[in-house]
Amino acid sequence: MSAAPQAPLVALRGLTVAYGGDAPALNAIDLDIRAGERLALIGESGSGKSTLALAVAGLLPASAKTAGTIEWEGTPPQGGRDIGFVFQNPAGSLDPVMAVGRQVAEVACTHLGLSWSDALARARDLFGRVGLPDPDTLVHAFPHQLSGGQKQRVALAAAIAARPKLLIADEATSALDTIVQAEIVALIRRLVAEDGMTLLFVSHDIALAAELADRIAVLRGGRLMECGPARQVIDRPQAPYTQSLIAAHIGLDSAPLFASADAGAPANE
Amino acid sequence: MSKRLLTVAGLSKRFRRGDKPVAAVDAVSFHIDAAETLALAGPSGSGKSTVARLLLRLIEPDAGSIAFEGDDWLALQGGALRARRAKMQMVFQDPLAAFNPRATVARVLDDPLRIHRIAPRAERPCRIADLLERVGLSPELAGRAVHEVSGGQRQRVAIARAIATKPSLIVLDEAVSALDVSMRGKILELLADLQRTDRIAYLFISHDLGLVRAFAHRVAILDGGRLAEEGDARAVIDAPQSAVGKALVAATPKLHGSKQDAS
Amino acid sequence: MKGRFLQTPEAVAGTAILVLLAIMALAAPLLFPGDPLRIAGPALTPPFQDWTLPLGTDRLGRDVLAELFHGARTSLVVGLAAAAASLAVGAVIGTLAGFAGGLADEALMRLTDAFQTVPSFLLALAFVSIVGPSLGVVVMAIALSAWTGPARIARAEVLSIRERDFVAGARVVGMHPLEIAFREVLPNALPPVLALSSIIVAQAILIEAALSFLGLGDPNRVTWGGMVAEGRTVLRTAPFLSIVPGIALVVTVLGVYLAGEGAVESAAVRKGLS
Repeated sequence: MSAAPQAPLVALRGLTVAYGGDAPALNAIDLDIRAGERLALIGESGSGKSTLALAVAGLLPASAKTAGTIEWEGTPPQGGRDIGFVFQNPAGSLDPVMAVGRQVAEVACTHLGLSWSDALARARDLFGRVGLPDPDTLVHAFPHQLSGGQKQRVALAAAIAARPKLLIADEATSALDTIVQAEIVALIRRLVAEDGMTLLFVSHDIALAAELADRIAVLRGGRLMECGPARQVIDRPQAPYTQSLIAAHIGLDSAPLFASADAGAPANE
Repeated sequence: MSKRLLTVAGLSKRFRRGDKPVAAVDAVSFHIDAAETLALAGPSGSGKSTVARLLLRLIEPDAGSIAFEGDDWLALQGGALRARRAKMQMVFQDPLAAFNPRATVARVLDDPLRIHRIAPRAERPCRIADLLERVGLSPELAGRAVHEVSGGQRQRVAIARAIATKPSLIVLDEAVSALDVSMRGKILELLADLQRTDRIAYLFISHDLGLVRAFAHRVAILDGGRLAEEGDARAVIDAPQSAVGKALVAATPKLHGSKQDAS
Repeated sequence: MKGRFLQTPEAVAGTAILVLLAIMALAAPLLFPGDPLRIAGPALTPPFQDWTLPLGTDRLGRDVLAELFHGARTSLVVGLAAAAASLAVGAVIGTLAGFAGGLADEALMRLTDAFQTVPSFLLALAFVSIVGPSLGVVVMAIALSAWTGPARIARAEVLSIRERDFVAGARVVGMHPLEIAFREVLPNALPPVLALSSIIVAQAILIEAALSFLGLGDPNRVTWGGMVAEGRTVLRTAPFLSIVPGIALVVTVLGVYLAGEGAVESAAVRKGLS
């Protein structure tokens, strides 16, 4: 058990969230998010991982009932400024009728108090940082003119424009193909390191978490099953659910599913 | 001598994007033998889904030939094509969108039995119960609306519909990508079982190389509409030769490999 | 669903009016048996004077209240029949056009344009003048122009539904295109088409009233339009003869609109909740 010497950036204590009269989406979650770490939230559908991300970001709908506390170290966070959020579907982050450069500049203008021309210049810089080609032209493009990977890069630029302490990525790469996903993950890793941000990322892909995260938290049915250093959770999982998740993962080193040599093996030509 | 179930040669399809014609599929050739699984992998936009739609005659190619069970597949039209469709079926990625929002499980399974006259009306409820059991579902599900069952169950219903006509080839278009991780293995095992018992071939379209390596016999990797690499699934993925193959393998997250900081 | 539907005041008012109308139509032969066009009392009796003739009598001595109730039947029958006919024809044509595409779509849409450019009342007028006035002909005359709205909406829905996976799935299973169009696609395209129904019903009732007013309605039936026309000649001395059926028309059309609005509201609410 590694003791964190300072207080965590965000401390969740007994966090419970319920929508309407249904069973709670999150049930008495106790979780620390440590400053500067990359924490992965892993779970299947219905595990509550997205609800947890939204709760930390203060983005839960008004009708959601919460109990428990979310404590921030230092000053309470300002939404949009201290927390950057990237959704799975860029349509959730990007306004389809506004040029993408403007959208990023708006964040800088609103939260950093920059003048409009400074904000636009910052947007152009951010486009370069997130690896978008030809930023001077692209700032005028509309979301529908960009590919899925490019849209997510714009969403990332908007999320980090106000220099947030915490970057939350909710299945931010799940809708992208393998190669683009790897590029975006590498980009996130680089941005987080360069800006000293804390990263909370939500995924159903445990292998992705294994590669990107320092610590992994496993959720199931709204409850926290396990939380620990990534390598430990993957190599020596404690909770039976985590063990079954890892066993169910089919990766490049998994055994073939169809039985060996029998019917189905075609004749060589 | 293996009997070639499916031979695709020089398949091409161009789309117009704005005013530029884009080659979505460019002279793609491959074959599938009976009871074999060929995976179609590649980045998005590589043409995998277009190949599937061309194969299923949902769109028509600009060039190329398809020989299926010895017939000139592209020459079939109208009633003759509809009749032969019994032998080539499909399972879609999104189990919710794949069914009429108003349908019940029973109706979804009744359609192929009725259209291809596989069983007279009186016998069909019994056949439907059999099909449900074969895919691991309780026959009680027959009366439920399709949107009322879970995602994994829905995909099993989709598989039941696909095998109802005793096809020799099923196109699986990202068939497990939308399912929970713990469900994927079970569905793939079901498909592998069905392949063994019913001698069904699969065209397995997937962007997930881990699934491809575990499930397919052979893999064809597409890039920009062209065939970049083809061969035994494990051989190709363990040691890819093409640039796109190497990029795909490198990009696939690995559970146990340590792959820190390669930005 | 019913519970939610009756929550908006519009829906409640509209439904109340329509229920009243239905009761009037159904009760007419019971409350006022016999021919409503027969002489019931002295001519031009004012309303509220004789309790056996609560709304008085017209120029020929016919019972106005009996005529009102029987007129409700005509309006209701024409409204519903015309709406059903135009929705059916429109939905079929729209589905065929949207599903077939290409030349068939072009041809059907130009046909729709042709029918849509002629003002609906004039078309009905011309049709009834040529074929002859009777209830069935009036219904057909109205449907002749009213089908174009449902056709366009059905086609638009079909164009979008056509691209969905489940339609591709039906093709892969080997379903015949006509079966796909009418068993898979059309039922899913209907909801927005049905939203037009209240407008068509209201429009039909008004066109029928106008045709009757001009003397082109079914001469063997009592209609509110006919009553208004009858009252024209004695408008100064007995205005109630025209005003009463006029109010009935206004209230009926209002009721149909309100009920339609309520239905749209409740459907939108349901979609929002799902």
